[in-house]
Amino acid sequence: MTGTEATGPQPGGAIPAAAPPAAGNGAAADGDVLVQVHDLVKYFPVRGAGLISRTVGQVQAVDGVSLTLRRGQTLGLVGETGCGKSTLARCIAGLIPVTSGQVIFDGHDITRLSRRAMRPFRREIQMIFQDPYGSLNPRRRVGSIIGDPFAVHNIASGADRKKAVQEMMERVGLNPEHYNRFPAEFSGGQRQRIGLARALALRPKLIIADEPVSALDVSIQAQILNLLADLQHDFGLTYLFIAHDLEVVRHVSNQVTVMYLGRVAEQGPKDPVYDTPRHPYTAALLSAAPAADPDAAAARQRIILTGDVPSPINPPSGCRFHPRCPKTQDLCSQQDPPLETKPGDPPDHKTACHYPVQPHENLTTSNKSSSGGGAA
Amino acid sequence: MSLTQIEFQAESAGELPAQVIEGRSPWLLAWRRLRQDRVAVASAVIILLLMVLALCAPLIAAWVGHPPDTPYVNAGLTSQGLPVAPSSKFLFGTDFLGRDLFVRVIYGARISLLVGLVSTAIGTAAGVVVGMTAGYLGGWIDTLLARFIDSVLALPYVMFAIALAVVFGPSLVVTIGVISFFSWAAIARVVRGQTLSIKEKEYIEAARSIGASSARIMFIDVLPNLLAPVLVLATLFIPTAIVFESTLSFLGVGIQPPTASWGNLLSQAETFYQTSWWYLVFPCAFLLITTLAFNLLGDGVRDAMDPRTERLFASQRKRGRRRSRHAKPMPPAAEVR
Amino acid sequence: MAFASFVIRRLLLGVVVMWVVSVATFLLFFVAPQDPARLLAGKNPSAQEIANINRRLGLDQPILVQYWHYLIRLLHFNLGTSYFTGTSVNTILKEDLPPTLSVMAGGAVLWLIVGIGAGVLSATRARSLVDRISTTGVLIGITFPTFVVGLLLLFLVFKPLNQAGFHWIQTGYEGPSQSIVGWAGHMILPWITIAAVSAATYTRLTRGALLDALGEDYVRTARAKGLSERRVLYRHAVRAALTPVVSQLGVDIGTLAGGAVVTETVFGLGGIGQQSLTSILNGDTPVVLGIVLVAALFVVVANIVVDIAYSVLDPRVKLS
Repeated sequence: MTGTEATGPQPGGAIPAAAPPAAGNGAAADGDVLVQVHDLVKYFPVRGAGLISRTVGQVQAVDGVSLTLRRGQTLGLVGETGCGKSTLARCIAGLIPVTSGQVIFDGHDITRLSRRAMRPFRREIQMIFQDPYGSLNPRRRVGSIIGDPFAVHNIASGADRKKAVQEMMERVGLNPEHYNRFPAEFSGGQRQRIGLARALALRPKLIIADEPVSALDVSIQAQILNLLADLQHDFGLTYLFIAHDLEVVRHVSNQVTVMYLGRVAEQGPKDPVYDTPRHPYTAALLSAAPAADPDAAAARQRIILTGDVPSPINPPSGCRFHPRCPKTQDLCSQQDPPLETKPGDPPDHKTACHYPVQPHENLTTSNKSSSGGGAA
Repeated sequence: MSLTQIEFQAESAGELPAQVIEGRSPWLLAWRRLRQDRVAVASAVIILLLMVLALCAPLIAAWVGHPPDTPYVNAGLTSQGLPVAPSSKFLFGTDFLGRDLFVRVIYGARISLLVGLVSTAIGTAAGVVVGMTAGYLGGWIDTLLARFIDSVLALPYVMFAIALAVVFGPSLVVTIGVISFFSWAAIARVVRGQTLSIKEKEYIEAARSIGASSARIMFIDVLPNLLAPVLVLATLFIPTAIVFESTLSFLGVGIQPPTASWGNLLSQAETFYQTSWWYLVFPCAFLLITTLAFNLLGDGVRDAMDPRTERLFASQRKRGRRRSRHAKPMPPAAEVR
Repeated sequence: MAFASFVIRRLLLGVVVMWVVSVATFLLFFVAPQDPARLLAGKNPSAQEIANINRRLGLDQPILVQYWHYLIRLLHFNLGTSYFTGTSVNTILKEDLPPTLSVMAGGAVLWLIVGIGAGVLSATRARSLVDRISTTGVLIGITFPTFVVGLLLLFLVFKPLNQAGFHWIQTGYEGPSQSIVGWAGHMILPWITIAAVSAATYTRLTRGALLDALGEDYVRTARAKGLSERRVLYRHAVRAALTPVVSQLGVDIGTLAGGAVVTETVFGLGGIGQQSLTSILNGDTPVVLGIVLVAALFVVVANIVVDIAYSVLDPRVKLS
């Protein structure tokens, strides 16, 4: 897999209107869909100091996000640090309770399952973590770490487990003879392979990768991304791929969702989102990303966002992006823009903006009075 | 390094491939560092010797021919009824009743080591369980346990220890109980803090995403990461407990005569320090050597476990300048003033 | 204004703390197996004799009634009388506080000078001879139990000096009213004892905190500004490093107010500590309660003083 398209069995991020040959027995639901997230909300209470702490506010980490993950595909989730990507991932993985909303996995509502009821789904949903140092217990041997899922679910033991683990190690490109080594004896890239082997041990359907390569050297990043693509192909995996690096997401994803302050700014198939971003935030992110071609980089307009990301405890009214938006108007601070398909976009390309970016619009010179209001 | 072996055997029970690539576990690395540390090795040897002496106390008494509680009214006391100086018959001299001080000091080692090890073991076990539970489970359980830990630590423990010993009647068991009661809280506080930081590690989240139960995570993932700091704390707690015991016995609320302990030997010796130097010197020497050895060993263990922290006692070796990291929290000073 | 309300609030809180402590102590001694009446009545007492003594001491009444009477007396600052000597507890405390306070004050001055001094020296001259000496001192301070230090001082200093006819250093207690020099002669060994075991903690605290402070950005900035090393050290670093020292001092003063049991016992000073030991052993509840209340008062006051000192040392800390 050396091509630019590191996708799964269904190449390209085409419009999924026509369902491929039924993958599941999908009842009323679309058999093509593995995960459906409806209007997910996660607030963290902020407690005041003192003997009897009471809630003084809420961090609105995720505020009404909906997503669809199709089987065998990769959904890229992009956004700045603190926009709620990781929280969303942990909600979907069932690691933290959600405030409201629904997560439908393979036709089952797994949003509020008890520990016991959740157990079978733990086998189906696995995570890969960002920090290759923090995500492996330094006091345990690699074989024991990768064998952990088997032990927890009582699947294989003794020699069988060891065999399965060593097969897995081989599959992710580790030397199976290193079974008895400790994480400290491996490099960052190798450690990420260990984490991958652990996630794959139970042959899950969904892998949630939370910034899996952002802590690695660029040369190692490519290796791991290619390995992820190979494994997706071989095991028919579905990925939720979280990153802040737009190029990485472009490389691996079929679908892209851009988040800002707990909300979806824009989502849709990869190509339309990257080629004709409609949300000013997406446009700004894309313009800020470094380009491989210096000519293209020079020709490109840079949109400079002013100010910092506001606090999620006290998010701005209306459109959450309006204080930093180059196109902001009065309406933006008053009304929350709905996430909807804008004229001229494919039906699953949705944007939450009152004044979406027009093709070839120059945002760098725009000011509040002159920016267009044509789309509404 | 028995721990490594147990862990290793547990994990790869059954057949092993002809060629095993053996990982270098953190324990193994620490053990190697510890073996390089001459001060720590010497301390460990001294402690082992003391333990052998203590275990063989009845044999030694039989070999010398002086049971610990037998007064030698004629040979063991001067004509004025004072203790007799060291001689070939009484190696360390005699005490105020004419008993063999050498045998009694050796018997005292049994008490000191027993109290030191047992109360440290109880205090550590309780501290780890409470601290880990509070830290891992969090919520109201944590609030409750943390408050309890803080209030035990805030007690003026000298007075309370004396009062408790008096209320329950001073004895070996009560002494051990009192010392354990005042040592678990310090360990629990450290363990709780460590657990809170371990809990935030991604490997705990990884274990949860696999579906591991809280109990499994606590014992498989959290506990092994706690053992290093706990081992250091426990080693440094032993001398604290020994000092605590000898102080209680010195004040008359610990080990009760005729059972010999270094503390009550010294309490009797106070009356005779003007005339009988040996009465004071030998128990003192044993007590100091023991606590010194445990402190130096604990310092070495700390250094071997985490080479980045600074040593407390032994002179620093040629290591790079380490500035900002300092010794982990110590057990509360044993200083009963 | 904020300062006054802070002090008042903390004092009120302190009163609550002292009340809780008194209740706890009362209960502890109620369940204790010591029977003062039996101890007082001498050998082979008749049941009638014991009952008489119990009635005289008020011990035949229910615990709530006993506590109520105690509380009423307490409001008149009357701490009751000892079961055994019949002396009023107020008098006992008046006699026993001076030796304890003498030990505490002198000892604290000594261990602060030695501890902070050694800590600063060993932090600024890492790996020097001074550092080595102070680390050894810390080791000794941590290894040696207080009573061993006391006994060794008696054996190695007091005894030879007295035999040599040098009688300034004495055991026992003598108030400073007649002769300050004589008082100091009685106190010097206790001071050294208590400082020897306490200074180690302060040396370590100061050294650690100072090394941390010297690594901070504001210290680097101060150096970069061209301030003299002396000024950097004393105006910036030491000031920050003193915060943990101050809080440790608060804890130590609070604990010592309950008496330096061991030091007092070794040197026969007869202070609060020695008194509480004998009173606990005898089950002399009124005396123990009196001591506990005085000690709790010290803890409360020491805590308030520490918090105020904190806000002086570190302007970020607000009194609240």
